[in-house]
Amino acid sequence: MSNIEALKKELVDTVKAANDIAALEEVRVSALGKKGKVTDMMKTLGSLAPDERKQMGQALNLLKDEISAEIEARAALLRQKEMAARLQNETVDVTLSPRPFAQGTLHPITRTLEDLTAIFADMGFAVKEGPEIEDDFHNFTALNFPAGHPARQMHDTFYLPDVAGGEGDAAKRLLRTHTSTVQVHVMQNQKPPIRVVIPGRTYRSDYDQTHTPMFHQLEGLMIDKTTHMGHLKGCLIELCKRFFEVDTLATRFRPSFFPFTEPSAEMDIGCSRGKDELKIGEGGDWLEILGCGMVHPNVLKNCGIDAEEYQGFAFGMGVERMAMLKYGIPDLRTFFESDLRWLKHYGFGPQETV
Amino acid sequence: MKFTLSWLKDHLATAAALEEISAKLTAIGLEVEKIEDPAAMLAGFVVGHVVSAEKHPDADKLQCLVVDTGTEQLKVVCGAPNARAGLKGVFAPAGSYIPGLDVTLKKANIRGQESNGMMCSERELLLSDEHKGIIELPQDAETGSPAVLALNLGDPVIEINLTPNRGDCAGVLGIARDLAAAGLGTLKPLQADAVAGMFKSPVSVALKDMKACPLFLGRAIKGVANGASPEWLQKRLKAVGQKPISALVDITNYFSTGLCRPLHVYDADKLSGNIHVRLSKKGEKVAALNDNTYELDDGMVVICDESGVIGLGGVMGGTSTAVDANTKNVYIECAYFDPAAIAKTGQKLQIDSDARYRFERGVDPAFTAGGMELATRMVLDICGGNPGEVFVAGTAPDNMRTIAYRPEKLAALGGRDLAEARQKEILSSLGFKLVGWNARTPSWRHDVTGVADLVEEILRIDGYDNIPAVPVVRAAGEKMPEPAPLQKRAAAAKRALATRGLYETVTWSFMESVKSDLFGARANQNKAALTLVNPISAELSQMRPSILPNLIDAAGKNADRGIPDAALFEIGRIYVSPENDGQPVVAAGLRSGNAARRHWSQKARAADAFDAKADALDALRCCGVNTASLQITRDAPDWYHPGRSGSLRLGQNVLAHFGEIHPGVLESLKRDEAFAGFEIFLENIPAPKKKGPQKSLLKPSPFQPVSRDFAFIVDETLEAEKLVRAVAEADKKLITDVEIFDIYAGKGVEDGKKSVAVAVTLQPVEKTLTDEEITAMGTKIVAAVKNIGGVLRT
Repeated sequence: MSNIEALKKELVDTVKAANDIAALEEVRVSALGKKGKVTDMMKTLGSLAPDERKQMGQALNLLKDEISAEIEARAALLRQKEMAARLQNETVDVTLSPRPFAQGTLHPITRTLEDLTAIFADMGFAVKEGPEIEDDFHNFTALNFPAGHPARQMHDTFYLPDVAGGEGDAAKRLLRTHTSTVQVHVMQNQKPPIRVVIPGRTYRSDYDQTHTPMFHQLEGLMIDKTTHMGHLKGCLIELCKRFFEVDTLATRFRPSFFPFTEPSAEMDIGCSRGKDELKIGEGGDWLEILGCGMVHPNVLKNCGIDAEEYQGFAFGMGVERMAMLKYGIPDLRTFFESDLRWLKHYGFGPQETV
Repeated sequence: MKFTLSWLKDHLATAAALEEISAKLTAIGLEVEKIEDPAAMLAGFVVGHVVSAEKHPDADKLQCLVVDTGTEQLKVVCGAPNARAGLKGVFAPAGSYIPGLDVTLKKANIRGQESNGMMCSERELLLSDEHKGIIELPQDAETGSPAVLALNLGDPVIEINLTPNRGDCAGVLGIARDLAAAGLGTLKPLQADAVAGMFKSPVSVALKDMKACPLFLGRAIKGVANGASPEWLQKRLKAVGQKPISALVDITNYFSTGLCRPLHVYDADKLSGNIHVRLSKKGEKVAALNDNTYELDDGMVVICDESGVIGLGGVMGGTSTAVDANTKNVYIECAYFDPAAIAKTGQKLQIDSDARYRFERGVDPAFTAGGMELATRMVLDICGGNPGEVFVAGTAPDNMRTIAYRPEKLAALGGRDLAEARQKEILSSLGFKLVGWNARTPSWRHDVTGVADLVEEILRIDGYDNIPAVPVVRAAGEKMPEPAPLQKRAAAAKRALATRGLYETVTWSFMESVKSDLFGARANQNKAALTLVNPISAELSQMRPSILPNLIDAAGKNADRGIPDAALFEIGRIYVSPENDGQPVVAAGLRSGNAARRHWSQKARAADAFDAKADALDALRCCGVNTASLQITRDAPDWYHPGRSGSLRLGQNVLAHFGEIHPGVLESLKRDEAFAGFEIFLENIPAPKKKGPQKSLLKPSPFQPVSRDFAFIVDETLEAEKLVRAVAEADKKLITDVEIFDIYAGKGVEDGKKSVAVAVTLQPVEKTLTDEEITAMGTKIVAAVKNIGGVLRT
């Protein structure tokens, strides 16, 4: 039996000496394989006396189990070491910048219009659009601007050549000075009730620090049998609170004049002016943000709607101004300069939700 | 419209403070733009008495003063040459804001000497440009009293933003009337009693066009002296920004601003015979008081004597009969001109005058005789002289209307409930005469024409704040409105392109003509119809035929700023004709520099036609286009590189162009770098055929797909699309994907040929393919390619 003990010691030592999985496999074969040392000894059992055979058989089986366990334990250890070495080997510098993924931005005008139209959609207003090159009828006459009226001069209109052979205000081509032109198209083509908002480019011949020859407006029109000034106020107060995200926003309506509304108003929102910043909400100062009023009966008539039966309100706001106030963008002219630094800074990622 | 507080109080008896008046003006629609209140601006500035003045020990041009401020004696370092002991001036203590310097004073140490404030010049207080020395006040000015009083500056100037409908408030009188109606005081009556004439009018007036000038009052005053006007008058005119000229001219300006009653005064000795008012004939000329000579058109209102045209009625007088310092005898004109006639003349001749401003908004025709009497009195008071009788030509037009008002309209249209008695009270206070609910408009309110106007009158005097806000909500069960297809596409395209790395920009709808010519304008027969008549500048004169030149400009400017890799897009209209259907919406994009930037993980790669193609296809895909069904043709417009561009179309319908920009075009635009871009015509995208949100049923095959690679030798000119189609059509059922993964020409491949490697995916649906079946499919594919002239590379 002592030779079993000696063999055990020898085998255990060789298992422990194996330094990788391949060497350990060699050890396993030399011990437990078909021609292995333990197997060889098993083969000698047949020549032993029955008692001795039984005793020797048990001892050899035990040895076989013990060596197998040693090999398994050693294998686990070696696999762990190998994994550690592999991981070490595969290590990269994760502080390197990732693979480039270019993503652009949406212009603040897009974002602002999406914000505004979403709020109006919730109040039941659909979006309508219309042409930018217009005729005098849609831009002025239908909207109750009499020929030669001083209000026309306030619009600094860009004109295009008259249509050859045409006559009157339908032949006079211009760039629309306001999105109110689309009110006319809508009312000519749709019976009340009407609830629409109209976003788009507008043009006036004015170019300085606070004016650009092209800018955007959002126009609104609501016509039915019962809408009055109270609804106009309710609609626009809610709009401004939601758009500027200020629940306590102070608002004010002042009498004003537009040829196409009567009564007319301008809406102000509260603000406070710090040294370098303007805070929307409350405070001693007011900021004018839009013009509005009840649609003038002459406009309804000009568009083929019975002014005795129907009434409603209209409003128009400058989109860039709304964006400047909400996002703190200081200069109107920069909206149209395509400066990539500006577009990156003031733009919005395409995944940012409204 | 500017006026001073004291001027307002000439017409309005009120105890209200400036702030209250200002708030009320804004509340009734006379929006206050600005108030210059010298008392507020110079609060804290006092009369300072210079007790002593000694030379600064360490500075030649400075003096060390001791100033008595009424409460203490302070050391002040001063650089003014006229600073001396005994002088009384305006002292600003430390902490004061000096408007002319835009600084807030601090206690200072000037070259070792303490300084506790400053003695001010007129320029430092924005009183004038005078800055040679400090202000010297009269010796009787009380030391320590407010400087505002000593400077005689107490009258605040109020500027309102007058809307064009309120001609009646283009005079201080009208503003006072509106404030009185709003309960802020009482209107003081005008004393316009007739002045007895001492002689018959030596000049008669004949009116030849009763519509343009229905009423003309004339009066001679003999023996006047036209010197400088009195100080109080000069001060008022200066306060509202008008330059005093002479007593007679100042009086007319005073009437214009104060009473909205423009007048004209002729030098009677320069008149030739009698006056007549008529419409001008083309080619007539007049030298006007603004030193310009105008050539007239037909139909302008002109005042004439026997010498010809002597003035533009209601717009501007002429030099030939102008008053001057030697004027002895005058003839005063007080007339009514038709607003439309004046507006037309003023616009055509581009003359902005105070008279035009008022006549075109409508002056009060009933206040013509009264105006003449008041003016006569003032001329007599200031210039002396003997008045003649008034010559009256014509009659005042009746501009009053009767409006059948209904008090329930206030709630129905205005959303405000107000007792009928209160409604009556407001209308009456504004000058409306009520018989039952029939309201007769006052002669000064040309703008009130209907019931809606009366609703506004009552609302604005009652206050818009009193209208209760009512929420606007969707009716119960009504769904939110859907965006129109074009809006959905624009939104989808914007998101697709921004996600692909392009930045959205917004550029002008107009551009320089020569640039537009490079992008299709020259070839457009409508070009002239799309050229602005009155552009801001030549660079902004032609409606854009394409967005690309603007994007090229923008990318170029960014490159010049040091950002060479630009990726920009814009969605907006282009202009093909001036009609409603000639302004299609286009999504245009542009890349320059590198599409893939230099990075440790990749090689830099310049943007090319395939980036533009990918951008266009992805945007189209997001707009709902099945891009697999698009045809690609080589017929992009001539601003694209002819060999590196294409059109994406569905039959005749062109959805987009893409490609590199023509190098010749870029040469004309003076750009060195290469650009690749695209233009998508959003309105050309067909509406989706599919109805409803349901997707077709997915039937995944239980069998694995098989991929086989082939390399074909084909003609160099064979288009990839043709090869891919040929392979795909070898078995439309089994072949689900064909992808070109390599193209090679050069060594080992015959000249004029190229090798194209294709990966073909076969997707069995009924059973796994056997080796024989796969081999047979390969044979079919090779045969299909042979039909278009390709052979399997061996």
